[in-house]
Amino acid sequence: MTDITRFTRRAALGALAVTAATLALPGTAQAQVDFSGQTIEWIIPFGTGGGSDTWARFNAPFLSKHLPGNPTVAVVNEPGGGSTRGTNLFAARAQADGRTILGTSGSTQFPYLLGDPRVRYEYQDWSVVMVGPTGGVAYASPSTGISSVEEIGDLVGQRLTYASQGATSLDLVPMLAFRLLGLDVNYVFGFGGRGDGRLAFERGETNIDYQTSSAYINNVTPLVEAGEAVPLMSWGVLDEDGNPQRDPTFPDLPILEEVYEMVHGEAPSGPLYDAYKAFNTAGFAAQKMVVLPEGASDELVETYRQAWRDVFADPEYLESFEAALGSYEQVTDGAAEALFRAGTTIDPEVRALVVNMLQDEYNVRLGD
Amino acid sequence: MLDIFLSALTDILTVQHISYMMLGVIVGLMIGVFPGLGGIAGLSLVLPFLYGLDTTSALALLIGLIAVIPTSDTFASVLMGIPGSSASQATVLDGFPMSRNGEAARALSAAFFASLVGGLVGAVILTGFVLVARPVILSFSSAELFMLSVFGLSMVGVLAGKSLVKGLAACGIGLVIGSIGGAPATGEFRMVYGVDYLYDGIPLVIIGLGLFAVPEIVDLLRRDRSIAGNKGLGSGWFAGIRDVIRYWWLTLRCSSIGALIGAIPGLGGTVVDWIAYGHAVQSTKDNPRFGQGDVRGVIAPESANNAKEGGGLLPTLLFGIPGGGAMAVFLGGMVLLGIQPGPSMVGTNLDLTYTIVWSLALANVFGAGLCILLAVPISRLTLIPFKLLAPFMIVVISFAAFQATRIIEDLLALLVMGALGIYMRRFGWPRPALLIGFVLATQAETYLYQAVQFYGWGFLTRTGVMIIIALTAVSIWLGIRAKVTSSSRDEVLAEEPSHGSGLSDNIRARWPQLAFAGLMLAGFVLAVLDALQQSFLGQVFPLMMALAGGAFTLLLIGFLVFGRHNTPAAVDAEAGIGTDEERPERSMLASLFWLAALVALTAVFGFFIALVVFFVTFLQFRARASWLMTALLTTGAAGFILTLAYSLNMRFPGGVLQDLYRLPWPFS
Repeated sequence: MTDITRFTRRAALGALAVTAATLALPGTAQAQVDFSGQTIEWIIPFGTGGGSDTWARFNAPFLSKHLPGNPTVAVVNEPGGGSTRGTNLFAARAQADGRTILGTSGSTQFPYLLGDPRVRYEYQDWSVVMVGPTGGVAYASPSTGISSVEEIGDLVGQRLTYASQGATSLDLVPMLAFRLLGLDVNYVFGFGGRGDGRLAFERGETNIDYQTSSAYINNVTPLVEAGEAVPLMSWGVLDEDGNPQRDPTFPDLPILEEVYEMVHGEAPSGPLYDAYKAFNTAGFAAQKMVVLPEGASDELVETYRQAWRDVFADPEYLESFEAALGSYEQVTDGAAEALFRAGTTIDPEVRALVVNMLQDEYNVRLGD
Repeated sequence: MLDIFLSALTDILTVQHISYMMLGVIVGLMIGVFPGLGGIAGLSLVLPFLYGLDTTSALALLIGLIAVIPTSDTFASVLMGIPGSSASQATVLDGFPMSRNGEAARALSAAFFASLVGGLVGAVILTGFVLVARPVILSFSSAELFMLSVFGLSMVGVLAGKSLVKGLAACGIGLVIGSIGGAPATGEFRMVYGVDYLYDGIPLVIIGLGLFAVPEIVDLLRRDRSIAGNKGLGSGWFAGIRDVIRYWWLTLRCSSIGALIGAIPGLGGTVVDWIAYGHAVQSTKDNPRFGQGDVRGVIAPESANNAKEGGGLLPTLLFGIPGGGAMAVFLGGMVLLGIQPGPSMVGTNLDLTYTIVWSLALANVFGAGLCILLAVPISRLTLIPFKLLAPFMIVVISFAAFQATRIIEDLLALLVMGALGIYMRRFGWPRPALLIGFVLATQAETYLYQAVQFYGWGFLTRTGVMIIIALTAVSIWLGIRAKVTSSSRDEVLAEEPSHGSGLSDNIRARWPQLAFAGLMLAGFVLAVLDALQQSFLGQVFPLMMALAGGAFTLLLIGFLVFGRHNTPAAVDAEAGIGTDEERPERSMLASLFWLAALVALTAVFGFFIALVVFFVTFLQFRARASWLMTALLTTGAAGFILTLAYSLNMRFPGGVLQDLYRLPWPFS
């Protein structure tokens, strides 16, 4: 049994190389795949009603419209284990016939990067066909005595409090950012979500916080206008070369790299900054990914990428995506691959640094 | 202000809005009567249609759908004792005994009419409350939320039944089970023993099904009669409506409790029903028969849980924090429609908020009204001989159980919790106490830790905290008073057949329940051992709870071993002690075996094949039905489950077979 699979796999790899060489023209690949009358299962390793579910359900009808043969695209929720269960299931069971795809999120990438014992999936086996970025903004309370980010130096030395969902959640990104800036932050864990954290901020229980972009615009901007919150920085976006840039949604807000220079007088570097960059990409710039399972043919990958290209050009999509997803453009092709690579690889030393930090300071045990 | 009201009203009272709402209500009901599914699953059915619609119609459809979630699951909880969601767990306590007394129609119509009233009262309260809700919600910090959890836990005293020691020990078990999984303060995993399934903790639905549904099914199977026995359907649905009118003051109080507690984010809708139920128990003076089919035990939670959904809208709309599963779905739908929650919902979008709040009330009226009409025909289910109904119920609870994560472990957990429930029922350990402990374990721990972090131990002196402490004290006092006045001393005592009074005689006479108590004690020891391996913040809560639970269990063992004859702790239904029920003919294990068989078959062949094999075997060998009947019922059940799963894009849990071979749906 194993021998046969090994043989076929090797043969398939060879065949794959040949087809890849001959199929230089993208257009020809299309005619071969047809999903007429079929159902495509889009596995979402999260429950109904959450961010990832909403994201997939928004995209699903467009994907259905632009895949050859207009298959039904069904969102299948497989929640559990902080998204590791559904993803493990996909890794173990999905066949590379294009009828099962997976939608991941930052909380799928983080345990993978950190080496969580529950992870039994390998991103590098998969082919990415779409990446949906998002952003986030950190802000502080005026009770800390600052009135703009220029005075961030005044925060150093103060005891700040932050309401967190957990040290291995997306909150790892602000944790690393605050650490880079030399801020002394007391993390109070056990919050159900960013919304609960914001509530604690509004109650005055915490004095530093972050929200993802759409929540920031809807819920924190009114606080900023009322003088109850001071915006500090955004997490930025990556340009095509992978360099951090200001977030076009918040062009007036500096990114961490700029704030770091304000505080330390030099551009950030070193393993801690590398860790920040890796997790920032995995958590925000490359937060949502659509992948095909191991062994997907180039032809299939191209079919899916073409479908996404068509989705992104669909006037109906262009009209509605901003209201539902915020102003971050979803990408495919090279841009998606660059983000995928940056969001799913980590230097072993950098990983060790973060794992040790989590273990020593927050009692998070990962390696057992 | 008036123009906002008018604008919202004109939005609601259009034919288009109402017809889409009705559509939502009907879809929600059709799916929601199936335990464990609720309107949440219905969302995936209607979502594809949301796109073509304008915002108001789409909202109407969504609201219609979520409005019937806490209403439609009442059918299963009253008629079959199956609590499909947290909103129907308290209803089971008196609703199902009413069915067994042949009062199914009355219980259902009382429940639905109470829901209807609750929804309306909730909407009235929210209309005013919405304007001041932001500061009120913000005033509930972790400190107040912790005290509210303690208030919830104090209901254990009211719900403990005959023996307070057993109630406290059961609550301890709930608290320990509730702390399985990630610790809120540190994220470290407790009592997982390397099992992936335990990392997330055990789902609430499974605890509810295991504790309440499984023991009833097993008990009915042993008796081989219909649910209503030979008592018929008895008084009709009008009686139920009269009950709600007679107890209008209770209905009103519980609706208000529901709307207000539902509006507090973080406590979760899960305890509202229990608080309302506990309130009914402690405030009832005349002739209470709670637990044996008192209609007030149905009215209280049902009027609270519909009002609660309205209350839950507030944190969802104002802060983007969904109070529960239904609200999470609603929030997702809103975002898809491009409506973002936030302060603007009480500012520029206030008319939209009122449209939503009142639509929910109106949808409640439609939904509950429709349910009342259906109550009489559906309650005839209780007249079907149980051996024909049983395979359906076993399949239904399994199906409901694996909605949680859709794997075989869900069924195993159901079996284990079911066995626990059976013995708790037999030995008079109050199951609601365990459930309350379970529900509040995470909340109590999280909020205590956060309150101490934010305010230090001085949090106890906050005004809000002091008010809730006073409320808790009053509630406990009322509970004690209710207990003393309601039951004479004789009723509290168990009636044991006489046996010698020595130590060895006690042990000999009571060994089954001593063994059970010993097993529970071993569980507490296990929890203590696990806690000792965690860091301080990860261990302190489960350690305290396990030690307390263990101490109460030891005390109980002491009562049993050294206690006098007829001590209230000595309930054993199997020996006819402390129960009015006759001892059933068939053995308990044989009945539990059938559920175990379905689980085992699923583990090997996957759920769908297991279902077919189970149905045929059960109907042939246990029910001794004709081959025609067997074929009809099996096809019916399989067809129904397939239709449901197909339309909801659902996969069944797989077994060994699915691991080895790739099979086409539905076998995969």
